[in-house]
Amino acid sequence: MAIPESHLLVLSLALLTIGVVGVLVRRNVIIILMSIELILNAANLNFVAYSTRWHNLTGQIWGVFNITIAAAEVAVGLAIVISLFRNRETVNVDEMNLMKW
Amino acid sequence: MDAGLAIFYFFAALAVVSGVMMITRKSAVHAAVYLVLTFVSIAAIYIILGAEFLFAVQVLVYAGGIMVLFLFVIMLVNLEEPRRFSGGRMRLVTSSVVTLLLFGMLARLFGRTAQGAAPLAAAPQAEGNLQLVGALLFTDYLLPFEVVSVLLLVAMIGAIVLGRPRA
Repeated sequence: MAIPESHLLVLSLALLTIGVVGVLVRRNVIIILMSIELILNAANLNFVAYSTRWHNLTGQIWGVFNITIAAAEVAVGLAIVISLFRNRETVNVDEMNLMKW
Repeated sequence: MDAGLAIFYFFAALAVVSGVMMITRKSAVHAAVYLVLTFVSIAAIYIILGAEFLFAVQVLVYAGGIMVLFLFVIMLVNLEEPRRFSGGRMRLVTSSVVTLLLFGMLARLFGRTAQGAAPLAAAPQAEGNLQLVGALLFTDYLLPFEVVSVLLLVAMIGAIVLGRPRA
């Protein structure tokens, strides 16, 4: 079984594109965080694809690190969402303009 | 077309379709369920690529841990929004068009650079993938491994401090 390399790259690219559109158009900050997770997963897929392509496990190691960093990012992000909700009663990014001038 | 390739296309299509469903659902809980489906499809592709360790980590950390975190926060801050998209129809169309242009440009580039390259196939391994990745993590990548564990600790403390109620 052999998958053409470009097909995996295009799958990863499609997931990246969906994530970017989600970040740009949604109002709910939780769904924006989910879209960021999708972007990180797309990067991870590329790491694994090239790890398999060159028969070198370094890509998979960085995939593990990538997942760790995604977990750290989502923990801090969701803590910020909860803190924000407690102070402003909203999860809508259009109303999060406290640091804007 | 052999069976492995067909399975790959099935899971790739599932990942993309549930990703699109994820960013278009009104309810955050539905979006979270579609995100789980995307993560599981990507985990299946890891199996096809011979990365069993990452498959296990993906299912445990993403489909297990991170999604539970998301669902808890959705339950805590559940607000029904009247509109799901930010900034009106113009912004939606512009964002989609610009991102599709990015997709087209990069897909063309990838199609050109990947031509003539060997197709992907999992290498036959004498030991299991788990042993190889574990040995590499604790020899060549020991320092990054420890740094990442400190990063996780910092993120944990930061999340607790940020989520703490104001005294």
